[in-house]
Formats: sequence, C-alpha cells, structure tokens
Amino acid sequence: MNIQLNGEMKQTDAATLEALLDEHGFGGAKIATALNGEFVPAPLRASTKLKDGDRLEVLAPMQGG
Amino acid sequence: MREFYGTSLPNPLMLGTAQYPSPAILADAFRRSGAGVATVSLRRESGTDRAGQEFWKLINDLGVLVLPNTAGCHSVKEAVTTAHMAREMFDTKWIKLEVIGEDDTLQPDVFGLVEAAKILTDEGFQVFPYTTEDLVVADKLLNAGCEVLMPWGAPIGSGLGLNNVFGLRAMRAHFPDVPLVVDAGLGLPSHAAAAMELGYDAVLLNTAVAKAGDPAAMAEAFSKAIEAGKIAHDSDPMEIRDMASPSTPVIGKAFLS
Repeated sequence: MNIQLNGEMKQTDAATLEALLDEHGFGGAKIATALNGEFVPAPLRASTKLKDGDRLEVLAPMQGG
Repeated sequence: MREFYGTSLPNPLMLGTAQYPSPAILADAFRRSGAGVATVSLRRESGTDRAGQEFWKLINDLGVLVLPNTAGCHSVKEAVTTAHMAREMFDTKWIKLEVIGEDDTLQPDVFGLVEAAKILTDEGFQVFPYTTEDLVVADKLLNAGCEVLMPWGAPIGSGLGLNNVFGLRAMRAHFPDVPLVVDAGLGLPSHAAAAMELGYDAVLLNTAVAKAGDPAAMAEAFSKAIEAGKIAHDSDPMEIRDMASPSTPVIGKAFLS
C-alpha cells in the first residue's frame, strides 16, 4: 500500500504505525506522530493499523522561537 | 518575581533556539545570558539524518526549562494537535500557543487563540498565549484559564521594539497580578530594558540574538539590559513632566549680574 510519510509517498507492507516507524529508521527516536491529522500517542502506535492512502506526520524537537 | 504557573524563572530572559549560525553558538548564547527558558518547536523528522535527535541532546544539555511552541499553526485544530504532540514529546504542560492569523505581520488570530486556549487549559495545559496588547482579548484569555499573557512587542522577527508602549503600559496597569511577557519583535537590548521598565515580568526573543554578528555577546547584552530594566522598575522611576525643573538648588545662588 501507499502511505504519505511527512509529505513523501512511500510503499510499505507495514501493518501498523509502529512497524512503519521501525521500517523507516525511527526506532528509539524522540518523536511524536499524527495520522491523518490526528495525534497518535506513543502507546497506541503498535495497535494503530495503517491503510492505503494514510497520511503520517512524524515530528521531532526542532529549533523554534 | 512573579511565578509562571508556580515556577520561578532563574532569569527573566526566555530565548529562542532558531536561526543561530551553529549549535555551539546557540549553547554559548544561553551560557552567557543565563536565559532560563528555551523555546523549541516540532518539525518533520527524517529517519535517516535524525536532525531532531541531535538538537534535542543539545537543548537537554543546556539544563534550562523548555517551552514548546505551536509556531506556524493557522487553525485551532492545528495548534491543539501540535500542543498534544509537544506535551508527549517534551513531557511538559507548558505550551507557547500561537495561532497565526495573517502572514505579513504574523499577527495572532486572537479569536482562534482564545478558542484553542480554552480547549488546552481544560485539558490541563499551562498555556502561554502569544497575543496582542488588546485588553478585551487578554481578559478572554484569562477567563479561558490562561495564567500568563504574552503580548507582542512588534511583528515576529521585525526588530522594531515596542510598537505600542501605551497599550503595553495599559496592559500592565490593567492586570497588575498576571505574569506578563513581551514576546516578539525586539531588536535591541534597550527594547528589552524598556519592557522591563514598564513592569513586565520577562521578555521572549530569538532573532535579535540569533541574527546578531556575535549572538553570544548580544545575548549577554540583552541579559544585562533586562536586569537593568527590572532594577529600574523596582526602584520606582521619577514621574515625567513637560517643562524643565532645575536639579541644582536655586536657593543660595549668588547674584552676579
């Protein structure tokens, strides 16, 4: 299926949000996630199923004013 | 010094973390200024370069309080979702709430701001709202549960200083017990001193330090100006008058003409 990860289209077989994060090198990283515009708390990533066309945002601490 | 949601700041300077020439210079600016709060944001992370992870280590090592922002959010939903993500990521109830209404001035959308502030304070957030000096909006933010107000000095990144001294002074007078922070638009240490002389409790700035030729030295200059402004305010400044009043005694002056 195709998932939009931070604005880029990715092909994946990952069934869950957590699996997708592992697949793309986010394991152990300090991040926060939102699926289709809705915040997904870290404890729910493993049970959050993905479907074709989902939009995933993976955010990290960044410089800000 | 007034507390911010029960927390005393070691120093009334809140310093942004963006636009520095290098991470080392950023760290030096914090060290030389003694700033006690760092503002940070959330942005897209790459699983390959993991830039956010390096940045977080740098901030963690500074040993300062972290104030995450919702910079760039233009809607209530965006701002609220960003706040949820920030709370989990930074493990803090603090959120610098920005809901931007206009792109040329980055003026807050005060209607959306009040709505988002209500949602977030109801959820237990401790909201630092980036607002204007409008007293009616300020009152609505306090009614929504905010215990701190952060009026702008001037548009973000402009360096113009205090655009509406009358409005900022009125705000201080109208809310004598509310912690007030001038946030944004400062360009020079004298602007920060002026804010503190008005009785503000802290100032928040970024660009004026980060874009200076020597950011660490400028951070120190701001810190000293803030301290001077605070001492001046606490010293109860003289009242201004329109006409001259001789400072040298007139009594005892010789008649020499």
